[in-house]
Amino acid sequence: MSYSINLIVNGVRREIALSDPRVTLLDLLREQLDLTGTKKGCDRGQCGACTILVNGRRINSCLALAVSHDGADITTIEGVARGDELHPLQAAFIAHDGFQCGFCTPGQIMSALGLINEGQAGCDAERIREGMSGNLCRCGAYAGITEAVLDVQKSLTEAEERRVA
Amino acid sequence: MKNFEYVRPVSVADAIAAASLPGAVYLAAGTNLLDLMKGSVSRPDRLVDVTRLPLLDRIEPLADGGIRIGALVRNADLAHDMAFVKAYPAVAEALLSGASAQLRNAATVAGNLLQRPRCAYFHDVASACNRREPGSGCDARHGENRLHAVLGWSDACIATHPSDFCVPLVALDAVVEIEGKSGRREVRLEDLHRLPGSMPERETVLDPCDLIVAVKLPAAARNFSGHARYLKVRERTSYAFAVVSAAACLSIARGKIAEARVALGGVAAKPWRAREAEKLLAGAAPDAENFQRAAKAALADAKPSGNNEFKIELAQRIVLRALTIAAAGTPARIPALPASPFSTSPGALHDA
Repeated sequence: MSYSINLIVNGVRREIALSDPRVTLLDLLREQLDLTGTKKGCDRGQCGACTILVNGRRINSCLALAVSHDGADITTIEGVARGDELHPLQAAFIAHDGFQCGFCTPGQIMSALGLINEGQAGCDAERIREGMSGNLCRCGAYAGITEAVLDVQKSLTEAEERRVA
Repeated sequence: MKNFEYVRPVSVADAIAAASLPGAVYLAAGTNLLDLMKGSVSRPDRLVDVTRLPLLDRIEPLADGGIRIGALVRNADLAHDMAFVKAYPAVAEALLSGASAQLRNAATVAGNLLQRPRCAYFHDVASACNRREPGSGCDARHGENRLHAVLGWSDACIATHPSDFCVPLVALDAVVEIEGKSGRREVRLEDLHRLPGSMPERETVLDPCDLIVAVKLPAAARNFSGHARYLKVRERTSYAFAVVSAAACLSIARGKIAEARVALGGVAAKPWRAREAEKLLAGAAPDAENFQRAAKAALADAKPSGNNEFKIELAQRIVLRALTIAAAGTPARIPALPASPFSTSPGALHDA
């Protein structure tokens, strides 16, 4: 039996035929939509490499059945830059050496985007580390990752303060 | 993963009918179920997707002062609901100490209650596990079992229930609202999960097509909001299941404990209410000596199920410490590392 779903992926409406109900959002993105930026690490919800935003919230795409997400608005790492202009988080990860091999980086950046949207961590490094604990980095670039997220959060906070002032 | 039929009912009645077929299971976020299916631990024939059922994603105040949490409310949404956090801070702290932000964004209230054990032998289909395959034996019994149960276990199964959320809920007398073939009924959360006995495969009192639609907390659960904490020891700072955890909720009046609620996590196949400890604390002064006696009472019946005798002493210390920080008062904001005894900032107090 095949299933038909509609998704908005990085702002583009997609009508998708699923040949199998077992397809996860992760496999759909990588295998069917050729969006291989989202990485398959553990495939079991333990590493965070597959983190994407669904309706603005970060989730593990490896543990989400595509068929159950009909109508969802999805953002992947391919959807965060504006043309050649990097998203501030992408630029901050480069500036702060927030990676070595880079495999976990798309998930880290999507998770950081989600974290900032959630608005719970603020500029508290400990809250950022806790909020990013669902993303493992086997190269151990955690210090740079925390600095990158902190840097972007600080700029946003300052911009907000200027706006309100 | 074994293939399955996927159905998405639009009403609770349709969902129950769809789940009545043999081999059918409910799917909510799937954060636990899909993991189990990928490992062939769970092999359902039919998934009944309940995520689109109406009205189950609400947090509603009840006329009697209690609160009703819809089964599909996401863990993160409940943990960040300002009114909820203020009234039931230990529940919010427990939620935020569980899993990762990604999982909390997806996982539902009812899914949290019904998550399966994290025993490695349950997850390894090459191992004997009475819970997964009744009558096959229990390889955990003489295996790697330092994290297994110290209360309520049997020779058939020594797994623990992994939920953090359930621990303060059971301390606060939460009730589970269930829709089934014969209509709606309510079960105390404390009675939802079964101890293994000789039938560990029967994890809860639910029938296969029973659907949890809500969790309710009574009005009296608010009485503890000023002194309510959850404390959880993990093998790493964050994103790990409890080795041992405790919820401690006190109502303190004129220097005495009017009422105490204590429950433990990571020690048994169900969230473990420590009623003897509560009795000792009622009317007592909130001091170290009384907390120590209560902690001992909470673990009085504990015995190691393997290489885990340390958990008994550890659990006593966690109860003592949870009571101590609860007595000190609920912090204005949930700490940076929720429920953690540690800090990642050198020199900083964990709840500073």
